[in-house]
Amino acid sequence: MTKEQRLKKRHNAEKRFRFYGLASIFFALLFVLILVHNIFSKGSSAFMKTAINVEVFYDKDLLELEPGVSEEEILEADFFDITIESLLKVYPAKNMDEEDALIELFTTDAEIEIKKAFLKNKNLIGKKINLEITASDDIDQLHKGNYPRDLPEDRRRISNFQLEIYDALVENKTINKNFNNYFFKNGDSRDPEIAGIGGALVGSFYSILICLLLAFPVAVLASIYLEEFAPKNKITDFIEININNLAAVPSIVYGLLALQILLATIQLPRSTPLVAGITLALMTLPRIIIPCRASLKAVPPSIREGALAVGASKFQSVFHHVVPLALPGTLSGTIIGLAQALGETAPLILIGMVAFVVDIPSTPIDPSSSLPVQVYLWSESAERGFVEKTSATIMMLLSFLIVMNFLAVYLRQKFEKRWN
Amino acid sequence: MNFVLIFLITIFSLSLFFYGRSKTKSIAIEKNIKLNALPKFYGYYLVLWCSIPSLVFLLIWSLFEPVIIKSIIIETAANQGAIFNDKNEANLIYEKIKAIHLGTYFGDIDSILRESALAYAKFINLFTNSKVVLIFAIVIVSVIYSLKKINKNNKARDDVEIILKGLLFVSSLIAILTTLGIIFSLLFESIKFFSVINIFDYLFGTNWSPQRAFVRDASSITAAEFEELKDAFGFIPLIAGTTFIAFIAMLVAVPIGLFSGIYMAEYASLKIRRISKPIIEILAGIPTVVYGFFAALTVGPFFRQIGENFGLTVSSESALAAGLIMGIMIIPYVSSLSDDVINSVPQSLRDGSYAIGATKSETIKKVVIPAALPGIIGSILLAVSRAIGETMIVVMAAGLAANLTINPLESTTTITTQIVMILVGDQEFDSPKTQSAFALGLTLFIATLILNYIAQRAVKKYREKYD
Repeated sequence: MTKEQRLKKRHNAEKRFRFYGLASIFFALLFVLILVHNIFSKGSSAFMKTAINVEVFYDKDLLELEPGVSEEEILEADFFDITIESLLKVYPAKNMDEEDALIELFTTDAEIEIKKAFLKNKNLIGKKINLEITASDDIDQLHKGNYPRDLPEDRRRISNFQLEIYDALVENKTINKNFNNYFFKNGDSRDPEIAGIGGALVGSFYSILICLLLAFPVAVLASIYLEEFAPKNKITDFIEININNLAAVPSIVYGLLALQILLATIQLPRSTPLVAGITLALMTLPRIIIPCRASLKAVPPSIREGALAVGASKFQSVFHHVVPLALPGTLSGTIIGLAQALGETAPLILIGMVAFVVDIPSTPIDPSSSLPVQVYLWSESAERGFVEKTSATIMMLLSFLIVMNFLAVYLRQKFEKRWN
Repeated sequence: MNFVLIFLITIFSLSLFFYGRSKTKSIAIEKNIKLNALPKFYGYYLVLWCSIPSLVFLLIWSLFEPVIIKSIIIETAANQGAIFNDKNEANLIYEKIKAIHLGTYFGDIDSILRESALAYAKFINLFTNSKVVLIFAIVIVSVIYSLKKINKNNKARDDVEIILKGLLFVSSLIAILTTLGIIFSLLFESIKFFSVINIFDYLFGTNWSPQRAFVRDASSITAAEFEELKDAFGFIPLIAGTTFIAFIAMLVAVPIGLFSGIYMAEYASLKIRRISKPIIEILAGIPTVVYGFFAALTVGPFFRQIGENFGLTVSSESALAAGLIMGIMIIPYVSSLSDDVINSVPQSLRDGSYAIGATKSETIKKVVIPAALPGIIGSILLAVSRAIGETMIVVMAAGLAANLTINPLESTTTITTQIVMILVGDQEFDSPKTQSAFALGLTLFIATLILNYIAQRAVKKYREKYD
């Protein structure tokens, strides 16, 4: 091999090596894109729901209500008959089977929707009104194009007759896509078309709030102690080792801790945001302390010495000068820690947040779910409608995380002082 | 009640602040003396003395009250002739008594329950009253003490600072308390577990099927049941599955993470670095449940489809899908740490290599990486510990049955998956099945602790070498 050939070989090796590096970065970017695209293409349809325009006749005889009834009477009244009557008018059905098939096109909550419309306007007795009644999950998925209609009938969840009705509805333009308010308002449900993340949102909010209230003050105080006051001795070393180790303990171990100490020993109520918040606070604490200490350490000693020189006590120099300067870094570290806590799932599963909770929690000691746990729960469900609901929940979760991370970066860049 | 007490203490403390401040001011003017601290510090001093002892007392009381009342009530119920065979039944009776007291119990109420409910009401009353009285006593005593100090014109700022410093120290102790809490809660149940199951049966058994061990009471196990149990908790398939999936993950994460770390440290311009580094770190910020969803619903079926095209049977919950996605999750842990490590290799080493005519890649391969090796190995070990502790991806995308296999297309299970599977839903607290989850947790805790310890030491040693 001549000198030139060898040199060329070496230069080619150089190019290859460089290419591997670029390719790895490109692969990571590509994966982020694929993941985001996958989630968005699956989930964006969940923000719309399919509704069928139905003419509802509030028949006085069927309702057995007089004009001017009180709210309680309406709540107790039976709207089942007029619901069936109204729904059957949508399409001519010849026999009982066809009637059942027709009614199956609508959500199981159709009666509640008709009742709610009546509660809004109590003068409807004996009158007709056009209502948008939510369609069942199968029709919803069909209308959004997520359900293949060219399968043989025995493998489809929708019968030929139902398809016929659906096509007629599309032709009459009585089937529409509306904004899916249920998705944000409702709690969990077995029926995908009325299931929502309302409960999970509130549960997550309470958990993160409790986590913030517990973890932030303790983390800031602990890092102030370790950075500014702690004498160099064995106890301090031991605390530091502990913090570093805790930051690397798998999150599921915190779930076991919460199960044994918070639930079995102290007997706090299971499945509640209170327990979730405490667990997440314990888990987040070391992860907040580390950036807090870093930002305290970044404040130059001249600031402390200046304060001491004009007669401030050690405490005054720290709390009046060092801490305010370190605050942006501290806050951004806290927000990033909270963002991690918001996405945490495993410990919450262990403390029973996987329970099926329909009601939206009103206090932190009501059973509830949380966003990531809701993702886990729905991803285990077989119904097709839950796939888009899960993806949409992930979209919500990711957008919260993006907002929090941007806030953290903004705080740091806007307010942090650079010492050179 | 607690909220009212806390509210009262807060209000009282606040008013004491203003009182203390004006009082010391007036003393100073009256007696024409120089105060030893600014007037506000006397206010703070009173506030701290008024609130801290009483709140600490309230906290401790609230922690122990339910436990004590429960044991008293169960005892009185037993004295009155209630029959319960084990802890669970006793708990049930206690819950019933509590529900009767709150008026939310709708079952049959017999005389024993009624009597116990009355006793419960009595004790609750007694405890609440004594709590209030004691707290008032504590507040009065500590306020009188602190007022006396103030009147003597003490060095209030120093005293306040000492108390606050104590508060800071206590907050930093929470880290130790958490560690102790983890160790005790894991050890406590694990010891119970190992008193039933021989530790060697656990460590070297090759069969994991805890659903067999549905035993209500661990203390009364027949010999036949014991033989069953002995064989149900073999740890080998779990550690095999865990390391196998972690191994697949590292096959993905190490080359990609290392190459991108090298590229960012050695080749990338500042602009590319500024864009690509945060994007790679996004991978670490995505919640693991999202990866799990993606692995289970997209990657798993995708591999299955490919396998079918080649005539292979691929389980839809394959170790490959879980491992691959986990590997992608771990990329940033490897890349950013190795980026840091490579950056701290002194420039003089590189310059020496360039000076004798080596290309950039030759310098990296022959000089920079060998110099940075301990740090790189440390970062890989940290990534491994992350991989074996990862839960959601494997729960959603890997299998549940403990197969002892090295075929990546079959499903395997991991330690974390089994912990979740055992503890999801209702648990019998005293059954070996539940306790086995804590034994698994202890094993996981120890394993990650060792890995982290070695990794941190490696990184630290390496840093000291060049700093």
